[in-house]
Amino acid sequence: MKFLVYSEDPEVGAQLTGRARALADQTGGEVIALTTGEPALCFKYGADRVVKVDGLGEFAVEPYKAAAVQAVEAVNPDVVLIGATRRGKELAPRLAAALKVGSMTECTSVDVVDGRVVVERLTYGGSTIARETCTSSPTVLSVPPRTYEKPEASDRAGEVMELKVIAPEPRVKVLERRSKPKASADLESASIIVSAGRGFKAKEDLRLLKELAEALGAQMGCTRPISADLGWMDQWVGISGKKVKPSLYVACGISGTIQHVAGIRDSQIIVSVNSDESAGIHGISDYSIVGDVYVVLPALVKALRGRA
Amino acid sequence: MIARRKTMRQIVLLKDIPDLTEIKVDSETRAPRVEGVKRRISDLDKRALEAAIRLKEAVGGEILALSMGDDKTRTAMLEALAMGADAAYVVDDPGFRGLDTNATSIVLEAAIRKIGGYDLIVSGEMTLDSLSSQVGPRLAELLDLPQLTYVKAVSAGGGKVKAVRDLEDADEVAEAALPALITVVREINEPRIPSLMNIMKAKRKPQSVWTAQDLGLDPAGVQAMSHVKVLGVTAPKVERKQIRLEADTVGEAAAKLVEHLVGEGVIR
Repeated sequence: MKFLVYSEDPEVGAQLTGRARALADQTGGEVIALTTGEPALCFKYGADRVVKVDGLGEFAVEPYKAAAVQAVEAVNPDVVLIGATRRGKELAPRLAAALKVGSMTECTSVDVVDGRVVVERLTYGGSTIARETCTSSPTVLSVPPRTYEKPEASDRAGEVMELKVIAPEPRVKVLERRSKPKASADLESASIIVSAGRGFKAKEDLRLLKELAEALGAQMGCTRPISADLGWMDQWVGISGKKVKPSLYVACGISGTIQHVAGIRDSQIIVSVNSDESAGIHGISDYSIVGDVYVVLPALVKALRGRA
Repeated sequence: MIARRKTMRQIVLLKDIPDLTEIKVDSETRAPRVEGVKRRISDLDKRALEAAIRLKEAVGGEILALSMGDDKTRTAMLEALAMGADAAYVVDDPGFRGLDTNATSIVLEAAIRKIGGYDLIVSGEMTLDSLSSQVGPRLAELLDLPQLTYVKAVSAGGGKVKAVRDLEDADEVAEAALPALITVVREINEPRIPSLMNIMKAKRKPQSVWTAQDLGLDPAGVQAMSHVKVLGVTAPKVERKQIRLEADTVGEAAAKLVEHLVGEGVIR
């Protein structure tokens, strides 16, 4: 099977190139990377060939879609893998529509079974996993960052094809870009996260969470209401917010809605602190303490500090 | 410069989906039971409609709700009309069941072309049942429109739409000339709850139902463009330890937890 890989984020590009490499080896196929950057990086993580495009400038969906359409026409892949960043998720369906082919969004696994591509993805607000396949060629898939590990570097080398792209000017004009604070942007790669829900009664009380975060060396997250409704924190964890996969996730005063749980499912260990004995969060936790965050969190901080 | 008309004609894409809080899982097969679950307009789509209503309140014009579904969808559209849509269009054809995003977009494209004369198309960033995030950008491609995705604030005027896009690393302020398509994220607004009077009035607002024939489409041809096949849907079994730490004092429970976490190797 022939794979064409693209992400505007080189890290994600490397992860997807690695996955495509494994599937190409399994099926006796080929991996072609589409890049506006350094072809050497694509070879390093498993590409057989690189399609290089110059002069596109900053990512904008219309010119990048035009480039991707031309790359597909040039190499005729069976599967197009695109990193499911927000930019990737606006590119993938637009590309698929231009090609009039099928596409699956945010695939949490990509395999080849009996010669056809089979993916898994979350549906119904994240409460279920669908297994899907697609009959069109190519099939366009978007795959979230960190779904697959970046592979070991190799000393592979290959042909670089320079693609002259006839790209339209973007019709969307960017007037201003306001960077987000780094800490919240890093939530998705944090190894320990402590997170606040409606068990907190006032914004000032989040200092309890902060103290726990400091004791654990953790990043802080929250549920949707804390962020979107109350505006106490920046970005929330959940299917509509950040999807996280830390080694330890401590849910503090969080009830455990479908939306939130879907965003923390890949955590290695989940701990819940909630005074409601019947809160759904306890049922999906490894360890839980039934108790008020105002009492349990200081005790936990004390226990952690006491070890040092 | 061609003078644009002052008011805006907006098309809002709506999907009625099973109430996610009422979906139960079959304990044997782990399959979700969706049959018979009450359907509601997807929350993000409601926010798309709310955004359109606020734009209309600012610059005038009309709002047309568009959905693909069945006879139940017409009931769901009443809520959209009560909230503030001026008219609703439902594409309902037995030949259009179970379409993937490619085929769905082709059908909606035909419906939008039939409605015609629009300035702005508004939809949710994704529907919460399929989580596909595809139909908006696909329609922008098929209709050759600029797209502004992940919009959390929007304004319009002077023949342009201006939006704040919520990207991972930045908020991006961007604009495009109309006609254009935007998809909204949850932070954009809280959708209004219609008054009883508006609920009554909604029943008198125009609703049209279009079949494949009305759109000049051949259902078999559309089905042939539906490429994605669902092999199975299951609710993953929770395989968490579910250990409840109980002790006489909170301090002891906390100490036990720390001990377990050290044992798990997740803290040092």
